[in-house]
Amino acid sequence: MSDPDGIADAGFDDWLDALAEGEAYFLECADGHGSLPPRRVCPTCGETSLEERPLPETGTLETVTITHVPTPSFENDAPFALAVADFGPVRLTGQVVGMDLEDVEPGLTVRPDVGVSETTGERLLVFRSQ
Amino acid sequence: MSEVRVAGVGLTPFGNTPERTGRDLFAEASAAAFDDGDVPRTDVEGVFYGNFMGELAEHQGHQGPLMAEAAGVHAPATRYEAACASSGAAVREAVKRIRTGENDVLLVGGAERMTNLGTAGATEALAIAADDLWEVRSGMTFPGAYALMAQAYFREFGGDHEDLAHIAVKNHENALPNEKAQYQRAITVEDVIEAPTVSTPLGLYDSCPISDGASTVVLVSDEYARDHGLDAPVAITGTGQGGDRMALQDREYLARSPAARIAGEEAYADAGCSPEDVDVAEVHDCFTIAEVLAIEALDLEPVGEGITAARDGRTIADGDRPINLSGGLKAKGHPVGATGASQIVELTQLLRGDHVNSEFVSDATVGVAHNAGGTVASALVHVLEVVE
Repeated sequence: MSDPDGIADAGFDDWLDALAEGEAYFLECADGHGSLPPRRVCPTCGETSLEERPLPETGTLETVTITHVPTPSFENDAPFALAVADFGPVRLTGQVVGMDLEDVEPGLTVRPDVGVSETTGERLLVFRSQ
Repeated sequence: MSEVRVAGVGLTPFGNTPERTGRDLFAEASAAAFDDGDVPRTDVEGVFYGNFMGELAEHQGHQGPLMAEAAGVHAPATRYEAACASSGAAVREAVKRIRTGENDVLLVGGAERMTNLGTAGATEALAIAADDLWEVRSGMTFPGAYALMAQAYFREFGGDHEDLAHIAVKNHENALPNEKAQYQRAITVEDVIEAPTVSTPLGLYDSCPISDGASTVVLVSDEYARDHGLDAPVAITGTGQGGDRMALQDREYLARSPAARIAGEEAYADAGCSPEDVDVAEVHDCFTIAEVLAIEALDLEPVGEGITAARDGRTIADGDRPINLSGGLKAKGHPVGATGASQIVELTQLLRGDHVNSEFVSDATVGVAHNAGGTVASALVHVLEVVE
């Protein structure tokens, strides 16, 4: 809920709620393509029948950068490790937290979690080493 | 189908002029293009204008008519937005319009005011070209996004920060005599390696600056050029556009830019030429790694080998095929909405022989411009040729 008036982004904030409750999901079309909400159509094939499936509990870091110059929304969080992690049907982008920055590297097994920005107090997607 | 000639080109200096309004920048660039092309403003039938962050930087939407007015043109005007490829998209639409025969004279260009936002504000404004929900809210910045692509590239194909540093050194060298460039200053590989880190592996000197500036071209039909006796030897003979998933995480490849490949293939086919025919290129080097991805996507270097092109001298001014003789985004500057059209300006001058660096490509007849939006979810490629 990063809108100034606190109005949620339906689909996305619902997904963060589910992640916080340990029930993260992805959307799967009849042809097996994975995607993330909010979504009414499979972006890969146009299939309109999408089902929620449990997100695999762990993923693998595919690429990592340590960001030293952030946007103002993350001013007090920098430096932080930003990574794209592969969860099989979908990839996710999040900050790797709870470990030394120099130890964050591709190949690391992580689980997704909901963290909080030290700058704004807003929720964000984070990864923790498994 | 009418051929599309570049009748006139104009640029403001790119740089740090926070007090100058977008309308003033565009007025200067368009006046330069009308002077260059000897085309009366009254003949212009439309304005195709690129701009990305006008709402954030100037609290100004609906910029098309504003810019037509600033240019002294009485004609319908539309703003095109495709992040950093905004004016590349405007160029493409104008080319298509003239080809249909519907218009003979169009003013095309772009402008961006950025430095008034400061570094933090501009970083935030640029980030809106990424997926707000799934990327920006996790802390992604644009240097961060390209850093993720660079790390993925190193992992897949090899290479290191020093290889990237040679690209920055080359583009600064090219900008030295370019009076429109933001940085007319030589740098060394050591400078790049030792510069403050922005997002690993990318440092300050791997990144284009935050810039203010505007660019314009006057495009005319072949018939108009002939009927009015214009000296317009350069034509835009190929145009292509490619798209991709918005978020980097949703792409099949993290270290390639398929949208640019699609755009390049379309533009080459449209022009009836091949990558081997290309003598010179201006590509979208917003970060050093972006030049690598661009020249590979355009088939100017094999995939996985673009990383060594600058280091080994293939793309330097004296090399086989110079890349970014203007200085590129890296040294010339990157007022984002102006960049795509500015590449057409620089290439036209390089091919006409009146660019400050034309001596390096004195026999060139084919040039390519590559303009990318976001992490290349939008790509525009144009082929320019000397047609006399």
